[in-house]
Amino acid sequence: MSTVHAAEAPPTTPPDGAPRNRAAGLARRSWRSLTSMRTALILLFLLAVAAIPGSLLPQRNVNVEKVSQYIAAHPTAGPWLDRLALFDVFSSPWFSAIYLLLFVSLVGCVVPRLRTHLQALLRTPPDAPARLSRMPAHAGDLRHDGDPASAAQALRALLRRRRFRVAVREQADGGYTVSAEKGYLKETGNLLFHFSLLLLLFGVAFGSWYGWHGNRNVIAGPDGAFCDTLQQYDDYGLGARVSPRDLPPFCVQLDSFRASYLDNGQPLQFAGNISYTVGRSAQPREQSVSVNHPLRLPKANVYLLGHGYAPVIRYTDRFGRAQTTAALFLPEDDTLTSSGVATFPDANVDPKVGVDPNHKQQVAFWGIYLPTAPSDPSVGHSAFPAERDPRLMLTAYRGDLGMDAGIPHSVYTLDQDEISSGRLQKVGKPMMLKPGDSATLDDGTKVEFLGTRPWATIAVRYDPGEKIVLVAAGLLVLGLLISLSGRRRRVWFRVTPDGGRSVSLVEAAALPRNDYPGFQAEFERIVSEAKGRT
Amino acid sequence: MAALSDQLLVVAILGYLVAMLCYAAEYSFGARGAVARVAARAAARPRELATVGAGGSTAAGSTVGGSTPPVVAPVSPAPVSPAPVSPAGGSPGNVGRRLHGLGVAALVFTVLAALAHAGCLATRGLAAHRVPWGNMYEFVLAVTLVAAVAWLVLVVRRPKVRPLGLFVALTLVVLLGLDGMVLYTRVAPLVPALNSYWLKIHVTLAATASGILLVGFCAAVLHQIRAGYERGKRGFPFTLGVRLPVADNLERLTFRVHAFAFPIWTLAIICGAIWAESAWGRYWGWDPKETWSFIAWVVYAGYLHARATPSVKRSTATWIAVVGWVAMMVNLFGVNFVVHGLHSYAGV
Repeated sequence: MSTVHAAEAPPTTPPDGAPRNRAAGLARRSWRSLTSMRTALILLFLLAVAAIPGSLLPQRNVNVEKVSQYIAAHPTAGPWLDRLALFDVFSSPWFSAIYLLLFVSLVGCVVPRLRTHLQALLRTPPDAPARLSRMPAHAGDLRHDGDPASAAQALRALLRRRRFRVAVREQADGGYTVSAEKGYLKETGNLLFHFSLLLLLFGVAFGSWYGWHGNRNVIAGPDGAFCDTLQQYDDYGLGARVSPRDLPPFCVQLDSFRASYLDNGQPLQFAGNISYTVGRSAQPREQSVSVNHPLRLPKANVYLLGHGYAPVIRYTDRFGRAQTTAALFLPEDDTLTSSGVATFPDANVDPKVGVDPNHKQQVAFWGIYLPTAPSDPSVGHSAFPAERDPRLMLTAYRGDLGMDAGIPHSVYTLDQDEISSGRLQKVGKPMMLKPGDSATLDDGTKVEFLGTRPWATIAVRYDPGEKIVLVAAGLLVLGLLISLSGRRRRVWFRVTPDGGRSVSLVEAAALPRNDYPGFQAEFERIVSEAKGRT
Repeated sequence: MAALSDQLLVVAILGYLVAMLCYAAEYSFGARGAVARVAARAAARPRELATVGAGGSTAAGSTVGGSTPPVVAPVSPAPVSPAPVSPAGGSPGNVGRRLHGLGVAALVFTVLAALAHAGCLATRGLAAHRVPWGNMYEFVLAVTLVAAVAWLVLVVRRPKVRPLGLFVALTLVVLLGLDGMVLYTRVAPLVPALNSYWLKIHVTLAATASGILLVGFCAAVLHQIRAGYERGKRGFPFTLGVRLPVADNLERLTFRVHAFAFPIWTLAIICGAIWAESAWGRYWGWDPKETWSFIAWVVYAGYLHARATPSVKRSTATWIAVVGWVAMMVNLFGVNFVVHGLHSYAGV
């Protein structure tokens, strides 16, 4: 991303026009146009524009459920948007193409610039131009009582003290030129900024290769404990270079979870107590985990993200067998109106006969849980996120739950195919239960709402690229500050002997190599200092 | 305290409004203002250039479309001096002094409004027992306060830019008015995700950068108006360019304000990423707010690169800065109201 290339000579066209040379010329021209500033600017702009759909459309990496809902709601446009990878913008081929081209352009620009800068650091400042009066800042008519050599030495000392890099050159007419340059740090900062961008990209890539994450909704209590294996996660993502065996061994259990709210329903505090064991050590340790305070394990961090209620439901089937389940209900709004399904696949199995595959009597309840029932019962939403006046509305279903078909299916909803085909049928009217209430179904079986248990989403993440990205970001800001505050400028003095007398004529000029305030003032200070000394 | 804060907001808005009227009065009736120019043209056409040329610090403004020396505005405490020669006869000295008074009054009202504004934010923080930028209402309050302070610092250091005050005050009144009417939320503690010391770091940086970028945006827009005026355009927005500083100086100002704010914005994003790592488990997740911060960052980076490229025209580069501010506004309002993301807090 420099303008250096523009100043270079255009590629020489081969005189004979041999195909190979023509191809090489084309390649060279494409490379030059790719690494030109104009292309870099266009790519930057494209990058910004390409990111916009990622914020307007639901994204799979943020929320898979919302993407499915969106596709379901837009049956014509949805699949097309999906084909164009508009639900995975930031991992789409076209987005990747833009930023990879941008980074190639960046490399093609900053590597030659680094070379040029290193050369400039080693080189002495260039000699004074023939006509100093053409420079943006110029002062003539300075005199020095002494021969040119001593004047040049005095000026050299002056500029050295101002931390300029100085070169004194003797001229053919017996005079001297003093060339000075300062502000090399600006380009250093500029290069540091661009190279840290490369390091940042590397850190992101490294993290996506060697990092992994898994999420699990965990009900508080010992039966909710889980260990760090893939089967235990509700959803997970492994980096390309991570195998399931690489996951560090640890087990986590959510002991308790607390949430507190203001009277207007705004959450005040979420915190969970987690006990965990790492490796083979049998002693569990405990730690309180809350938002902003994750549990940091070696090679894994444990975060508490979402939370909700799991109604505990006991069903007593027609053979008198009671089963209890804590069904994890997903919250639907900020007041934690939640819905979910409690299934009893082993219900109503005659102990004498065993399972009858063609005449299943499995039972499930689809329910809505309101932690605080609204004063107006027609409002279907909870009035408050905490459990002030809980209600559970259950609708019973009986038949084949479709769990044996081997088709993966959400555990938070009933299988709609089974319902529409009639294999799973609704039983009776919805029942409204308070904690401790029970209801009897048409076949005499009983359902009880025993209360709720809290659950929380536990996210486990490991990203080894984080530290690289952090270092890169720090260097990036440092480079940016140096680059934007830097001032590269050149100052020249020309000392000429004044007709054999022991007086020298001195002329000064300066050139700012980037636009910054205070240039003129600094030059004037240098000139007045030079007047005082010479 | 909360009630006091609400009253101080009204005081601040009124203060900025009065300041805006003073700027506007100075702008329209100033010695080189639109009205004066028309009068001058009618009365003494041949004398106009000389008159305006003698007019003090914004004198170069009259060299329409001409090449102006790229000299940086000298830092001088002297405000715009009244024109010594009357354009249309009468008593020039009095008119000039009164108009000068208007400019000073505008600045005084801006200072008073900014004090009320700061008081509004401070009492809000005292009422809530926390830093007063925990929701969108408070964030906009903080951003506009930073903009007002940045503007005052700028105008003290470079009195020549005072005509920009009209537009800065206008932007402040519009944003604060929107804030008070649409975004107002009652004093409340923080939501759990915000309850972290990173709030002080990340949001302070974001508000600071946004406030300074607001001033940069005003400079960028006025540069476009002035540049259009200097190219000879005389349509509506370009007529406003009459009294503005020379386009080149405005352009340089635009660049410097952005070059100052860009590292702060970068740091704000980085601190946000560090916070996101401990709050949400990842440093970057393309949440809508993150996406739009990234877009704004990329656009501003594009502006700085375009500005440093000789082959890109300066006014083209300045347009990129305007686009950057559009991205910032989408980030502030669009993301909070239209798109639901992790950064949606406290009602909005």
